[in-house]
Amino acid sequence: MRADLKFIEPWIAPGSRVLDLGCGDGTLLEYLQREKQVTGYGLEINPEYIEECVRRGVNVIEQDLDEDRLSSFRDQTFDTVVMTQALQAVRRPDRALEEMLRLGREGIVTFPNFGYWRLRLFQLWRGRMPMSSTLPHTWYNTPNIHLCTVRDFEALCYEHRIRIRDRTVVDNAHRSRWYSRLWPNMLGQIAIYRVTR
Amino acid sequence: MPEIFPSDSVGLVEPRTLHFPDPLKLACGRELPAYDLVVETYGTLNQDASNAVLICHALSGHHHAAGYHSEEDQKPGWWDNCIGPGKPIDTNKFFVVCLNNLGGCHGSTGPSSINPETGRPYGPDFPVITVRDWTNVQARLADRLGIDQWAAVAGGSLGGMQALDWAITYPDRLRHALVIAATPKLTAQNIAFNEVARRAITSDPDFHGGRYQEHGTAPQRGLMLARMVGHITYLSDVSMGEKFGRELRDHAYKYGFDVEFQVESYLRYQGEKFSENFDANTYLLMTRALDYFNPAREYGNDLSQAMAQAKCRFLVMSFSSDWRFAPEHSQKLVNAMVDARRDVSYSEIDSPWGHDAFLLPNERYIRLFRAYMNRIAGEFTDAR
Repeated sequence: MRADLKFIEPWIAPGSRVLDLGCGDGTLLEYLQREKQVTGYGLEINPEYIEECVRRGVNVIEQDLDEDRLSSFRDQTFDTVVMTQALQAVRRPDRALEEMLRLGREGIVTFPNFGYWRLRLFQLWRGRMPMSSTLPHTWYNTPNIHLCTVRDFEALCYEHRIRIRDRTVVDNAHRSRWYSRLWPNMLGQIAIYRVTR
Repeated sequence: MPEIFPSDSVGLVEPRTLHFPDPLKLACGRELPAYDLVVETYGTLNQDASNAVLICHALSGHHHAAGYHSEEDQKPGWWDNCIGPGKPIDTNKFFVVCLNNLGGCHGSTGPSSINPETGRPYGPDFPVITVRDWTNVQARLADRLGIDQWAAVAGGSLGGMQALDWAITYPDRLRHALVIAATPKLTAQNIAFNEVARRAITSDPDFHGGRYQEHGTAPQRGLMLARMVGHITYLSDVSMGEKFGRELRDHAYKYGFDVEFQVESYLRYQGEKFSENFDANTYLLMTRALDYFNPAREYGNDLSQAMAQAKCRFLVMSFSSDWRFAPEHSQKLVNAMVDARRDVSYSEIDSPWGHDAFLLPNERYIRLFRAYMNRIAGEFTDAR
């Protein structure tokens, strides 16, 4: 089981309608279909991932999250809109978040926390753009063009009047540690949010 | 079977003609007393008839979708890239059925058939046929073959529209629909191109109001023009540029109006070849069927409502350079399916070959097609 699933799964009601933005190979949807009888779709642009979704029997729709076409789906079509590890890679994360909550009642977002202490230290000591196992790319070829910290994300939610229903921060292996709960922006590597209006 | 055919070919195939003696009520209000359908099948129907796939042909297609009619055949059937052992529609797993649609000119009853009431060819008296009529006829064919429910109905272009119509009209009689390079309705531009094609035919002096057969002639010049116009819309600017560019046939300008550029030569050749083998009245009829197709019309022009009738799962594919039925058409269709909570997967395949791409080999297209069909095959092999 993919490690982040155990945090996401309890937030998804059985039989609900789910949209997975940047669904990858369809692991999440396949799991939710089987365990929670959800229905829904994944959006993806990578041809290999699309093929894998089809092979698994997951509904997948080829779509670039950066294009405005998401808007062609009707308001509140879904119960939950999920975006795992993709927020930092879209051109306008603020719009993506707005769009998620237009399409669905609730949104689940996960992203690498740029406030993690090791990343801060990396930049402080080396004076270079931080890299880590979560963020293995160099600055010039990274797909992660809008990295943010836990506090950045929460500020964005506040500005857009988005309510945070739940928050978890975990380490790279998706373990939730007592100390990272204590100081999430400093000690959490991956942030997992459940947001609504 | 001789070893001269490729190993992934269905090999030598033979069409057969099925007679349907019961009258058929048509969308136009008229009735055909009886009709024939020419059919080809590949593969073997399994015991519970759960592995049958219906292939629907496009504007100028026919029942010969795969394999060869003789050892001398230069070219296999029109969808041989996708049908055969180990191909996306794997004939080791599926029982594949393809027919020449009613109104066609490859052996099924159509305008060039003899009207039993007059003893003369139907010609212009043949009723105008719609996609819905075809769907109904194909359902009767399914009855005849003992197929209650198709594992899948598949087609490209006008064939994709038939697959779509199946999903809406007979929701319990198919499990999957593959709608490829199609559209839920034609645009004004599409209809305009069809109209140019029809005018080319009907204004040919040899057309004789559609009774050219009785005059022992055929509007070949008109049909050739129609095909030339059509052919341009099947290709793309890029693919034509790549294939012909501005290449001259004789390396120098001749300052005249005969064939100068290679592209002209190609179009004339394609047009001529087509006009020798296709019936003009059938061409009129097929383009009209395209124009009329609009399943949303019966549901207050709400495509989502139309899609809500369907129960099957869908694979929708479009091609990036297709400007006849551009990817936007497929996206609208997919949005309506999502709106209607249907199961659908959609992909826009990168291809420079325009609308024709659905007939051509393309790795991504073939792979996705195969992945989806294998998934379908998994459903009935699991059940056995």
